[in-house]
Amino acid sequence: MVALALDGIGAAYGRHIVLADVGIDVLKAGSLTAVIGPNAAGKSTLFKRIAGLIKGPGLVELSDSARGERAICYMPQDTGANAVLTVYESVLLAAKQGSSWKVHDGELVEIDETLKALRIEDLAFRGLGELSGGQRQLVSLAQALVRRPEVLLMDEPTSALDLHRQIEVLGFVASLAERTGMIVLIALHDLNHALRYCANAIVIANGQMAVSGASAEVINEAMLRDIYKVNARIERCSKGRPLVIVDSPCLEAPAAQPAQPAQKVPAPV
Amino acid sequence: MASVVLEPALAGRIRYRALALRRILVLAGLTVALVLSVCVDLALGPARYTLAQVISALTDPAAVSDQLRVVIWDIRLPIALIAVTVGASLSTAGAQMQTILANPLASPFTLGISAAASFGAALALVAGVALFPGAVQYAVPVNAFLMAVAASLFIYFASTLRGVSVQTIVLLGIALVFTFNAALSLLEYLASEQALAAVVFWTMGSLTKATWDKVAITALILVLTLPLFMKDAWALTALRLGDEKAESMGVNVRALRLKTLLLISLLAAIPVSFVGTIGFVGLVGPHIARMCVGEDQRFFLPCSVICGALLLSVTSVVSKVLIPGAILPIGVITALVGVPFFFALIFSNRRRAW
Repeated sequence: MVALALDGIGAAYGRHIVLADVGIDVLKAGSLTAVIGPNAAGKSTLFKRIAGLIKGPGLVELSDSARGERAICYMPQDTGANAVLTVYESVLLAAKQGSSWKVHDGELVEIDETLKALRIEDLAFRGLGELSGGQRQLVSLAQALVRRPEVLLMDEPTSALDLHRQIEVLGFVASLAERTGMIVLIALHDLNHALRYCANAIVIANGQMAVSGASAEVINEAMLRDIYKVNARIERCSKGRPLVIVDSPCLEAPAAQPAQPAQKVPAPV
Repeated sequence: MASVVLEPALAGRIRYRALALRRILVLAGLTVALVLSVCVDLALGPARYTLAQVISALTDPAAVSDQLRVVIWDIRLPIALIAVTVGASLSTAGAQMQTILANPLASPFTLGISAAASFGAALALVAGVALFPGAVQYAVPVNAFLMAVAASLFIYFASTLRGVSVQTIVLLGIALVFTFNAALSLLEYLASEQALAAVVFWTMGSLTKATWDKVAITALILVLTLPLFMKDAWALTALRLGDEKAESMGVNVRALRLKTLLLISLLAAIPVSFVGTIGFVGLVGPHIARMCVGEDQRFFLPCSVICGALLLSVTSVVSKVLIPGAILPIGVITALVGVPFFFALIFSNRRRAW
């Protein structure tokens, strides 16, 4: 089973440091980890750094993977491409990167299965330009999954989806991770989703890791006040699940300060 | 009537194969049209021949009259073929510019390569300046080529600078267009009447100075560059999904963009220096191809090649038919022929073309 560890990784654009000293002892196979934090905290940069798309200090250690860096797949936020391609072709080209022109039947079967699993097979021969934002997100997910990643980094994959699709996609990814032993890091703004689907959470603020650990422990009222600047409660619903209820923005925001130095928490499991 | 309900998973695979087959048929159809157009082009001229005569002159030159052989092989064939190679080169250059710059208006014309070539040619025609002193008798094409390459290299090196975005490259290209057009106007203003006429004629584009050497050179550039583009077919297609998406799929976007830009420079500069400014093909050829087969480069690239070649070949035919006996400037006719066809495609095509 594949395992991922981050050792003091960082990134900079020119002289501007956008991410510093993020460390996670080990992320074990089959688990979902939420990456949470305010806008522009450095979540996307963290993903790009892990995927090797940008360089920087520190070490991304992937163990027990036969494919090395190629096992890591970053699914960026959707930017709305206007290419004259059908959904099917756009998923095919994700699967075929770096290989020959010839398209084998096996590869097409895999695309069919991926589209079916995400229940977008009826979109297969629609043009990318005709899709809604939510449909495009599902296609992006198909493009990522068809590459059979062992580590999947999803950047706000549900931001344009309706409620039904949100829980469907997150539930699907969670069960896929469990079944295949894939490691999934997922940037989320909806903390209730993080609580429900992700065993662990990493909080990023001001380009640093504020805290990491089990979601239920990390997502608490103090964190919401310090990092998100909101007054909120964590309450249990009638089914016993913890829920984040946001009451109001913090009126006196604590003085802007760099996030606390990364607090090493026992390895999330 | 019994109907077969295909399982969706099965249907996707089968529908994709059918789509690919349809595209191959479109490519085959366009190729046949191109061959026909070249044959008609050969048949037309001051002396008209039948298609049968043209084909026998092509397939068995020894069996036809000397006059027919000389007219077809020495006079008309270089012109007909340079229309094909130049059209193909400009269209391919435009297609890949549009791909790497994510801009539907990108073409050798819009990025200032044609304007630079025109200025280079005008330098020779008006001021008698040969930028490469070793080839004074070829000063016009050599100047045009050197200026076109200089413009391309300027764009190339500008785009290697850190922080230069695709939009910046397009803006730089537009700045080049204006700069060279202003310089060209100044030269025209200062030119003698004779030199002015020569410059105007050059900038309108003409196939009539075609020689077998020029055909060979333009064909060679195509033969050298096309396989390199084909090798990157999947990566270039991925680029159309956006830089970030392409990178996430493992494409080295920066390196691919620079490499493609360098190849485009060659593809655009050489034809322009031989035949003058033919703006329309590089812009519209790729758009027609995109509407016919979409943007999967495995189909889009060959389709752009054939569409460009066909567009210029048909133009050559039309320019002979419009006013028999007079050969109208190819650059002018290209737009006149292409625009109505292009409009028809835009308005009949329900899918978004860009």
